[in-house]
This record gives sequence, C-alpha cells and structure tokens, in this order.
Amino acid sequence: MAVLPAERDLRRVIGDGESIPDGEVEGLSDNDLLELHRWLVLLRTYDERSVVYHRQGRIGTYAIFWNHEAMQAGSVYALEREDWIFPSYRESAIGLLRGMPASTVLSWWRGHPAGWWNPLEWNVASICVPIGTHVPHAAGLAWGKKLRGESTCAIAYFGDGATSEGSFHEGANFAAVMRAPLVLFCNNNQWAISTPLSAQTAAETLADKAVGYGMPGVRVDGCDVLAVFEATREAVARARAGEGPTFIEAVTYRTAPHATADDPSAYIDAARVEEEKRRECLGRYESYLRRAGLLSDEAAEAVRAQAADLMREGIAAAEAEPPADLGLVFEHAYAAPPPSLSEDLTELRRILGG
Amino acid sequence: MAELTLVEAVNDAFHVELERDPDVMVMGEDVGRAGGVFRATAGLRDRFGPERCVDTPLAEAGILGSAVGLCMAGWRPVCEMQYDAFSYPCLDQLITHVGRYRWRTGGAMDFPLVVRMPYGGGVRAPELHDDSPEAYYVHTPGVKVAIPATPSDAKGLLAAAIRDPDPVVVLEPKLHYRTMRGEVPEGEHVVPLGEARLAREGSDVTLVAYGAMVPLAEQAADSLDGEASAEVLDLRSLKPLDEEALLASAAKTGRVVIVQEAPRTAGFGAELAAILAEKAMLDLRAPIVRVTGYDVPYPYWQIEDAYMPSVGRVVDAVRKVMEF
Repeated sequence: MAVLPAERDLRRVIGDGESIPDGEVEGLSDNDLLELHRWLVLLRTYDERSVVYHRQGRIGTYAIFWNHEAMQAGSVYALEREDWIFPSYRESAIGLLRGMPASTVLSWWRGHPAGWWNPLEWNVASICVPIGTHVPHAAGLAWGKKLRGESTCAIAYFGDGATSEGSFHEGANFAAVMRAPLVLFCNNNQWAISTPLSAQTAAETLADKAVGYGMPGVRVDGCDVLAVFEATREAVARARAGEGPTFIEAVTYRTAPHATADDPSAYIDAARVEEEKRRECLGRYESYLRRAGLLSDEAAEAVRAQAADLMREGIAAAEAEPPADLGLVFEHAYAAPPPSLSEDLTELRRILGG
Repeated sequence: MAELTLVEAVNDAFHVELERDPDVMVMGEDVGRAGGVFRATAGLRDRFGPERCVDTPLAEAGILGSAVGLCMAGWRPVCEMQYDAFSYPCLDQLITHVGRYRWRTGGAMDFPLVVRMPYGGGVRAPELHDDSPEAYYVHTPGVKVAIPATPSDAKGLLAAAIRDPDPVVVLEPKLHYRTMRGEVPEGEHVVPLGEARLAREGSDVTLVAYGAMVPLAEQAADSLDGEASAEVLDLRSLKPLDEEALLASAAKTGRVVIVQEAPRTAGFGAELAAILAEKAMLDLRAPIVRVTGYDVPYPYWQIEDAYMPSVGRVVDAVRKVMEF
C-alpha cells in the first residue's frame, strides 16, 4: 500500500453560516449530534469551573483545555467503549466522556489519591505528564491487543510540542512497524507553553511527519467537532481492518494560558487570541445545530445546567474525600514491596504519632 | 543437572519460562532471527514464533515504553537491552513510567516486565560496551534489581524476575557469559529475589560482591589463604536486598570489604556501607572499605584492567582492615 503525503487542507464539516455551507457526516443521527453537544458542554463546563476552583484554592495547578473540547469529544465519540484512551494532562477530564465521576479528576488536580483511577475500569490510561512518553504505551497496548486477536484500538493524545520528543518518534515508528491499531491524535494548538510551532518544527505541517512512518497523515480543523469525529472514525476503521496507525493533526489555537501557573501576556499576541476565541469550537457547533434546527436556547440552557450540576456535585464529593492516610506514601509502588518500606512507615508513625 | 555456560543458562531459563507461561514474550534488538548478539535468546523464535520472540526497531525507549503497553494488554514482556550502556535511552521510560505506573493506578495494575542486559567490563570492547549501571536502576523506586554471578543463578534469578509481579532489571555479567561453566538444574528453577548466597565461608573478613565481582572476590579469598579467612557474600539481588545475610556476616567476621565494578561515588557499595554503619557499628572491628571502579568514564580497553577491581586491590583492602 502506498502512503501518500499528508493532506494539505484542513478537513471541515461545519460551515460559517454565510459563504461556507454546512456539510453532513454520514451515520450520525440527530441524537448523536445532540449527544456530542452534551459532551462538548460537559468538557467546557469542567474546564471553566476548574479554573474557578483553582482561583478559589480548591484545586492545585490546572492545565486548561478551553477550545480543545471538540478534539476530545469528536475523537472519543468515534471509539468503542473497549478502545483505550491514552491522555496527556491536556485531556485530564476525557474520562468524563465514559462516565468517570468529575470528583475523580478533580481529586487528581487536588493531589488526592482518590484521583488515581483504575485504567482497567474505564479503558482510560493514567494522565501522562512527561510530554509524549505515553505514545509508546499506546503503541504497546494496541500491538498487545492485536497479538491476542482482540479488535481493540488505542488512541494517544499529545500536543504539537510532543512531536519533537524522541518518545513520540519511537512510539509512532513502533506502532507502524507492528501495524498496531493506534490513532495518533495530535492537538496542534500551536504553542508549547511559550514556544510557537515555528520554533518547534521546520516541517510545513505536523501531519507531514506521518509519511516518514509509512502511515497516513490527516489534517482537520480542531474546532470542528464533526470533522474530528469523521477523521477519527476513518482512522479507527483502518486500525481495526489491520492497516495500522494513522496520524491525525487537529489544528486549533490555544486561547488560554498553558496552565493556571502560566502568564502568556509575555509571549502571545492578544489580538490573535481574541480573534481565535470568536471561532471557538463550542460556539461554532451550537451555531451549526441551531442552523439545523436541532438546538433551542432552552435545550442549550438545560444542557449547561446539567453539566454545572455535575461539577457542583463533583467538587463537593472531591472535597468530602477524607484526608489520605500517610501510610499510602508507602503503598502501591510494588506488588511485593521490599521489607524496608514497612520499617520506614513504622518509624514515621512513631515520630509523627509522638 | 546440566553443565552450562552462563549465557546458556539464561537461554535455558527462557525456553523453560516461555513454555510454562504463554503470556511471556521476549523483545529486543536482534533477539529473534539472530538469537541475540550473545545468543541468549537463541532458538526462541523458531520454537515460540516471531510474535513471542520479537525483533524490534532499534529504539530502547520504544522497546521499554511499548512493553508498558504490552503489560496493560496482559503480556509479560522480557526486554533485552543489547549492552549495559545502550540501556540509557530507556531510563526515561524506566524512571517516569515503569517504576511508577502501578503506584499511579493505586495498585490496580501490575507491570510484570523484565529488562535484562549484559553488563560490565573486561571484554576488550569499544566504548560504551562496558558499564555497570546498577545504581541508576536500584535508585529508581518501583523497580527491583538482580545480578547473578553463576550459571545456576543466571537461570534462577531470570525465572524469578519473569514470574515477579513487579518490574525487575537483571544485569548479567557478560565477562562470564562463556568463560564460566557450572551445574544448572534442569527444568523449572527459581532463585527467589532477596536471598543472598554465601559463596564461601570465612571468619576474619567478609567480601561483599555481586555479579562479575563474586568470582574475583573468591580468587582474592583463595590467595589470602593462611593469611586471613575471608567469607564471600554474593548478594544476588540488590533490591530487594538480603540485609539479614549482610548483617549476619558482618557480625560474624567484624570486617567488611565491598567490591563493586561501577564508579565509586554513590555506587551501590556506598549504600551497603551506610547500612552497615547504621546497623552493624558495634559488630565492626575495622572501617568498611570499598574496592571499586573509579569516578571516570570506563577506559580504553588497552588499559581497562587498571580500572577494574583486581585480586591485588582486594587483597590490599583486606590487609588494611586486618591491620586496623
């Protein structure tokens, strides 16, 4: 099979309500379209509330994903429940799309052990903090499932900066060589903290990297949830058909700080940010639904209220978690821990209990 | 019992363990078609197929990183790093994920993978084929480390590592891959992690060693015959460490010389000396002395013998502690 150079143009489905007409995605019912809306609102609400909770001192440092919701919701909607998700910290709340309680993710950002979930319960791997280092994990899981004769796929999320990392390269190459059923999902928000894409790569597009691995490279508008869904559905179908991994470059723009600890005023173009905010993904999708006659003000308000309730319950539950016992410091690193750890715990309790 | 070289014993362990457990798989550079550059994995690809003995791309971090994912899919991967110093690219995965992932899941998932590699010098090899990197691994929480000194232990410790629910790094003394022969139990043979071996009994001084330094310590003990009675303690596993055996031998002889091939500063010998200082102070009749490699890059092979701990240096150290 010949692998063609990456697509130049960004795939789009949603029009602008004026000169660019709306497209349609085959196989999506009205219910699907509204469910996708609920997912976008859920993520948006999670993100906006988390920034507030951080300012209120109720969670710690938080990596903001405002205007990344369409990439997360659109791609996960194209997966089966059995498929594995490998998130970076930018996708910290992606498990919510599979029913993970908001309190779990909020607990993670609160540094409480209740936030360390069991990946087997959700088929969502742990949040990966060091950039790009989870790409080989996703490749290994996809390859391992294939070796077992299962039809499970994996998707790994990472940013534009991650494509400079060696582990991205090694993971992508491994997946391609093993024909692992993997989707490499790059959310290109054009910034790695303060480093712009132009300082990250000399490639014309990130999707161009795909041809070097012998896999297709696809470019989509990352603010277009339907285009993201469609591209991911195609990639998943390829993967399940035994044709190996696909690289998806979803292009968006980071309109918020990298994280709550970051002040982008030193490096970002404020006018560009304002312009990009006007194109943000949730507003565009709501306009699309309204044009299609699928969303009323009341319905949109009800969806927002439901998400707000979920967050209120989530933060209340996270804050109601009893303080973690210090014994947990010594637990879980080993199935069969060396005896020295229990001696350390005894000693610590003696001193602190004093 | 069969008489095998050390690397044949490693190979024997693989054949037994892959036969015993269909979830065990072997992966690495040149491990399949070639059977490994030292032939440690010879015959596995033919016997168990290319999906359980996998020739991987040349990518150490990719090998270990994908092994993490393979564990998540229910496999027990054994990763070969072709040489000690070629394992450094995989330290990223080892430190950031392998030693932490179980903890990160609150103990919900196990990562029963093995990283094994030939290690150590004395083989007249080019640069970066001679290192003793055990301290990096021992220092990584969540990871266990074993280093066999004999063919029998090479088989038994690898089997234990493969069966262990936690990630284990096994360093094999390449100097003795083919130069050392010994009796190796046939079939299943497991040497539990965390049990040291008294390689030789003595009463005046304990030589603590592991891996390639064990036979060296035994030679030193031989050459001290009539002068000092030296006990040789082969640690076999550095983490978990058989502290009981270490302290018992120190209590018995009252003098300890630690022999370590790696550079001295913050090497594993320093950890052993600290444990002895904390827990055996009153048993000791002399300072603890280390015989180690030096704090320099492993040298050009024409002068590598000057770097390696030698019988002469160990004997000299023993005389120091005896005369103290």
